[in-house]
Amino acid sequence: MSSARRQSLLWLAQRASAAVLAICVVVHLATMIVAVRGGLTAAEILGRTRGSVLWAAFYGVFVLGVAMHAPIGLRAIVAEMRGSHSRGIDMAMLAFAAVLLALGLRAVAAVTTGRAS
Amino acid sequence: MNTLSVRVWRGGAAAAGGGFVSYEVPRIPAQTVLDVVTHIQRRIDSTLAYRFACRVGMCGSCAMTVNGRARWTCRTHVQTVAGDGALEIAPLANLPVIRDLVTDMREFFDKWARAKGQFVPTGTRRDDFAPIAPASRERRAVDAAIECIGCAVCYSSCDVVGWNRAYLGPAALNRAWTLVNDSRDGAHNERLAAVAGDAGCHACHTHQSCTDRCPKQLAPTAAIAGLKRATAYAAMTGAIA
Repeated sequence: MSSARRQSLLWLAQRASAAVLAICVVVHLATMIVAVRGGLTAAEILGRTRGSVLWAAFYGVFVLGVAMHAPIGLRAIVAEMRGSHSRGIDMAMLAFAAVLLALGLRAVAAVTTGRAS
Repeated sequence: MNTLSVRVWRGGAAAAGGGFVSYEVPRIPAQTVLDVVTHIQRRIDSTLAYRFACRVGMCGSCAMTVNGRARWTCRTHVQTVAGDGALEIAPLANLPVIRDLVTDMREFFDKWARAKGQFVPTGTRRDDFAPIAPASRERRAVDAAIECIGCAVCYSSCDVVGWNRAYLGPAALNRAWTLVNDSRDGAHNERLAAVAGDAGCHACHTHQSCTDRCPKQLAPTAAIAGLKRATAYAAMTGAIA
């Protein structure tokens, strides 16, 4: 794949993930404010999230969006600071995406299934 | 007599020993910055090098950095930029200085060529005129960007050009956008491939300095955003390999 095509598709992926994150962040913040102002305890919150396919799907999508969005943006920042793109940066960003995905999905599993690993 | 204190860049780049030299220039009504530069060259120091041609905002050759901002000097009245009676005139930023206020524009125009800014006809002289509806989306996009006269004010004002020397810059990308919207052109895919990537439209940070400072009130930022959308579509459909 040419650099032009890769960059064009990465731009598209970043814009699409940004649109998803915009919704996810608003829902997440609203949920947190409602939960805290409503006086829910951690146990009560976990009681609602555990076994919930809806919350698992929502935060799963949230994590996917983050794992896609952040490495693409970081890739551009690192490349600009170094003055050039390289295969090494792409590999490092793929690894960063994998770490974000693993940590995020682990957290989602913890609050929706009770299993942290 | 009411005078202006004018600091003018003399010599080559700063690294080559260039620097500001001060002059006192008589202030006159309706005086432009180009009038000031011309006064210095004609009356004070004939070795001062600068460019101008039309003096009425048509050719774009007299662009310089006036009090830190790229402008056409022929269309900039002294009273609008030197309220305190002080002027600082330097060559355009982001371009190599040849001498005094004259920059080497080769890099700027080479990038137009690299962005495939040439029209590639699909018809011949035997074909009839191509019908282009004036109200069509493509024609309106061309209309919004076509009036560029290549003065390099946008290029000189762009932060990204300053830190990424390979970046094609707002003017070349704006030109490419007019051709991407030209239904008569036969090199759309090659052009989109040329303007995508780290040196092309994807390097733009949307600071909008080009749009803010374009003397023709064009919006290269909008053209670049259009190129990002067009290249994304071309990449999805396989038009960019």
